[in-house]
Amino acid sequence: MSETGSQNHVPENLPEHGSAHGSAPATADPFANPGLPPHEPRRQDIDEKAAKHSERVVAGLFTLSMLGTLGFIASFVIFPVDKIVYIFPVGHVSALNFSLGLTLAVALFCIGAGAVHWARTLMSDEEVADDRHRVDADDELRENVRQQWITGAKESGFGRRRLIRNTMFGALGMVPLAGLLVLRDLGPLPEKKLDHTAWQKGKELINTNTNQPLRPEDVAVGSLTFAQPAGLNEADDDFQTQIAKAALMVVRLKPEDIKDKREREWGHEGIVAFSKICTHVGCPISLYEQQTHHVLCPCHQSTFDLSDGARVLFGPAGHPLPQLRISVNDQGNLVALGDFSEPVGPAFWERS
Amino acid sequence: MKKLSARRRHPLAALVVLLFALAATGGLYAALAPAPKAQADDSSQSLAIEQGKKLYSVGCASCHGASGQGSHNGPTLVGVGSAAVDFQVGTGRMPAQQPGPQVVKKKNIYTQAQIDQLAAYIASLGPGPSTPTKDQYSPADADVAHGGELFRTNCSQCHNFVGKGGALTHGKFAPSLKGVSAKHIYEAMQTGPQNMPSFPDTTMPSKDKAAIIAYLNAVDTAKSPNPGGFTLGSLGPVSEGLFAWVFGLGILIAVSIWVAARTTKAKKS
Repeated sequence: MSETGSQNHVPENLPEHGSAHGSAPATADPFANPGLPPHEPRRQDIDEKAAKHSERVVAGLFTLSMLGTLGFIASFVIFPVDKIVYIFPVGHVSALNFSLGLTLAVALFCIGAGAVHWARTLMSDEEVADDRHRVDADDELRENVRQQWITGAKESGFGRRRLIRNTMFGALGMVPLAGLLVLRDLGPLPEKKLDHTAWQKGKELINTNTNQPLRPEDVAVGSLTFAQPAGLNEADDDFQTQIAKAALMVVRLKPEDIKDKREREWGHEGIVAFSKICTHVGCPISLYEQQTHHVLCPCHQSTFDLSDGARVLFGPAGHPLPQLRISVNDQGNLVALGDFSEPVGPAFWERS
Repeated sequence: MKKLSARRRHPLAALVVLLFALAATGGLYAALAPAPKAQADDSSQSLAIEQGKKLYSVGCASCHGASGQGSHNGPTLVGVGSAAVDFQVGTGRMPAQQPGPQVVKKKNIYTQAQIDQLAAYIASLGPGPSTPTKDQYSPADADVAHGGELFRTNCSQCHNFVGKGGALTHGKFAPSLKGVSAKHIYEAMQTGPQNMPSFPDTTMPSKDKAAIIAYLNAVDTAKSPNPGGFTLGSLGPVSEGLFAWVFGLGILIAVSIWVAARTTKAKKS
């Protein structure tokens, strides 16, 4: 872009050679506004045939966009929602999704491409300078507005009738309180709900796969089973609320592998039950490695040792997974001997 | 009948009669022959155990001990059952190449007959889960939706929700389930290889395992449809969002630069 011409190689912002030698420095602004470069025509400005060609290209793109929209409507009508086709680099995809996406992309892209080509080749490209207008109003207008304000204040009696003024301030000040108060309805406080789960003394452990009570002989060493308290039904309204706290993983270790005395006592012949909710931020946690007895949380890699009271081995979790005390009832099914001894899941404000 | 009797002196007539007679004799024998006795079965079983023991002494004994009792290099194989052998050897994990956080699968060097012999020998050491039969693991009329539910509850935490696999601690990982045969998936659930917990029939009945296999067939094969197009590793919204921001926005920026970099002037400078 050397519109200034190739015959003059002197950088435009430097003083000229002649004046710099011995004489007074040039008075001209060294950072003078160079102004706009001279306008250069495009081919379309000179050649009517080229302009016609551009016009046809733009119209062609817009027509292609119309065809894209028609194709979109046609695909919507033609393809059933469950039709799967093979399309080379992508694989087995829904014919409907693929054609809708493709035709809509054509319809939108061609409008944009047409508009850009139109603006670049046919619309005027003369550069013009348009100075900013003044930001402030002139003095007369400002004085006028000031007078009106003073008159208005005087006529309203704002300064004279103090009672009205003060009560108005009071009213305006109190109205936002109504808005603040309804924020209280964002939810009842959790109270003691986080401290208790659906587990109670005597509740049977129900296998979530089979919906049958778990029996100690079902649980093999090295196996992993998920359990929920008896009486919890997936169709219940509060099922999600309850299972979010009561979810349980049941594993069996060789009793001699259990290092923690309390863990061994709270289990049944090596079968131990721990909360499935991570104590960091409450992710469901069950990446159980049966040889190392480690449980890994997929969210932030907290690692717990199920052979040592679910002690935290690694990661951001603050305390061990709560253990559920279990035993066997008259029918030979595993039962809880009470609720978890501490709140499950992450720490919270009022956690005791 | 006339036609038939007219041809009774044909040179090939004797041959045809002979063939009929042979077929009839063979067919009758096959239909009426006494069933092989239990005695024969036992001897073939003990032969397999005998063969399996030989294979074991060559390929396995150095780590698992001369009679499967285990050593400091490998666990005991008493009570692991034939299903564990069929999985570990059939997928090429055993014999292990080298010690490490996890023994990975490689090319299997045994024939199925040899694996069966090894399995028979290990099964004879102590009771354990036996190799599943085809109608146990066949996903033919299993409930795919129920299988999906079971998979998400029991398996997806490690293997990803469509079986793509994932990372575990200290170099261990849950492998991808793509291309793993139905039998091997069944056996893995039954026996719990390496650090995977087991899901025995007592807590996850055989029918449920077949349902899980049916779900995997529906979502994790080369032919599984993916209505949305690219899976991007089936990692969920994070990888998809990253792809959209990096490549979607990247293409837009590249196109804008390309448009602006080309002058429309007649005199190119």
